[in-house]
Amino acid sequence: MIQFALKRLGIAVLVALTVSMLSFSMIYLSGDPAVALAGEGASQEDIENVRRVYGFERPIVVQYGDWLVRALQGDLGRSNYLKADVATVVFERLPTTMLLGACALAFALILSIPLGVLAAIRPNSMIDRFALTVAVIGQAMPSFWFALTLILWFGINWRMLPITGTASWLNFIMPSIALGYYVTPAVMRLTRAGMLEVLSSDYIRTARAKGLRPMTVLFKHALRNAIIPVVSLSAVQFGFMLGGSIVIETIFAINGLGFLAWESIQRADVAMMQAIVLVLSVFYILLTFLADLLNGFLDPRIRVA
Amino acid sequence: MSDTVKTPNMRASSIQTGPIMSRGVDEVLEPSPGLLLRRRIFGHTGLVIGAGVLLIIFLMAVLAPVISPGDPYDQDLSRKLIPPIWHESEKATWEHPLGTDLLGRDYMSRLFYGARISLLIGLAAMLISGVIGTTLGVLAGYFGGKVDMVVNFIITTRLSMPVVLVALAVVSLIGSSLTVVIWVLGLLIWDRFAVVMRSATQQVRGLDFVAAAQSLGCSTRRIILSEIMPNIANQLIVIATIEMAHAILLEAALSFLGLGVQPPDPSWGLMIAEAKGMIFFDAWLITIPGIALFALVLSINLLGDGMRDVTAPENRN
Repeated sequence: MIQFALKRLGIAVLVALTVSMLSFSMIYLSGDPAVALAGEGASQEDIENVRRVYGFERPIVVQYGDWLVRALQGDLGRSNYLKADVATVVFERLPTTMLLGACALAFALILSIPLGVLAAIRPNSMIDRFALTVAVIGQAMPSFWFALTLILWFGINWRMLPITGTASWLNFIMPSIALGYYVTPAVMRLTRAGMLEVLSSDYIRTARAKGLRPMTVLFKHALRNAIIPVVSLSAVQFGFMLGGSIVIETIFAINGLGFLAWESIQRADVAMMQAIVLVLSVFYILLTFLADLLNGFLDPRIRVA
Repeated sequence: MSDTVKTPNMRASSIQTGPIMSRGVDEVLEPSPGLLLRRRIFGHTGLVIGAGVLLIIFLMAVLAPVISPGDPYDQDLSRKLIPPIWHESEKATWEHPLGTDLLGRDYMSRLFYGARISLLIGLAAMLISGVIGTTLGVLAGYFGGKVDMVVNFIITTRLSMPVVLVALAVVSLIGSSLTVVIWVLGLLIWDRFAVVMRSATQQVRGLDFVAAAQSLGCSTRRIILSEIMPNIANQLIVIATIEMAHAILLEAALSFLGLGVQPPDPSWGLMIAEAKGMIFFDAWLITIPGIALFALVLSINLLGDGMRDVTAPENRN
């Protein structure tokens, strides 16, 4: 187990380093960063000054090394627009996005696990078909349009829920639904497939044969085993949702990391963009690493592969 | 059916079970494989609906210049925000069946021309990502070992970067245009191609006919192109539909956030963005392109699911 964990950790660190390189290289995407920073109409002298102050005249490898060492110390640079420390701003906004992600995941799990279980108990029944329809529709709806439609009905026509901001927990209902529904098809399908497999196994037949109550068999024996892959999928999907929350946060004006990312993109604030991409990616890598460990811990067969 | 891949597993079971053994006797009575395929296709409701809706949208896109009631770029503030024909308003007119937008442009024409952009970006991004992902996946699956490790590493790295965020950031830094959006999306969404093609190749690699080709001395290129590729083609097609739908949704999201297709070009995502401020008064401006997007993505997904059901040997019956 320790060997397995170390191997996974090694891969995770390598991936994180590669991602850091990619996010660093973002600053060179728009051409010469010094020209971009100096702004329009800057004289050649100004550009040279900017180049010297920011250290753009050094070899790229040195710049990257310097950036990485500082990033590891928690210094992600300064935002030119906000005139503030990037790391401080990013970690100020991160909890809001985490909260939104957690609510969205909770919504997705509450909807998809029961549906998946019900669908697996009676394959090809009405419930199974309904679940399949939910999944197919869920995968085809553009999240921003779904969000706007929610606003239109619950916010404007029926006046049940607040449309923007983060003032109370009511504000989180619509964004969580809009963000979480996209995850439901995957979780539901996995729950259904896992339950179908487990329910046809020998120990379930044994449990039934010795006269255990159907509910006990279903929840204590079957679901517990079928849910294992769902746990790691949820971890991965949580990471995806944090990255995807940019659209939802922009629509609902939720002051999280996604909204910050969108604002930074509008302001061409590259340092902030780099930091957000890096933080979200590293967080995702951490989540998948933990999910791998959990899987390896729960299912020894995975450790060998 | 006889030309499909037979895994060793299936062969063993066909020896053991009676009904399949006796199939040779009444083979004469069975309908031809072509007829069976057609029956499977037209008996599959989802596939028929998906293909039908997709065909309609495709025709809308191709015939846009012919069937549009107006010019999608022609602005006229004197006729702005005419509601669609089913609204009980005296402003509604058959001249603009779906009404006009904030700048008085005919909404139906914009919808038709928007279909062109969605389909173009979906197809092009899917092709780019398909080439990248299939190459990586097939190589990893066929060679295994170090190649597999490297490809796996690349896939993991790609997966750890948030697609929407990276796409937005890159497009904003390079500058937005149709070509840029296509390339950025194509370079970002190849991961599923790679993952699925890798495992599909791994399954086919160990089969007898590949070993036979190897022992005959076929070149690796030949084995991959004419022995492996035809046998993973049906899975490739299914992923292609999923990724095309994915690309269309991403383009719409990018355009919605103002970093995809630029005005005045009509993109469904952009149309929703432009109408966002009118949600209190003229919600149909949002509903119409939204339903169009939904129908397009749904039809592509249904088509893909249907093709998987019809072609996958293990899912027959």
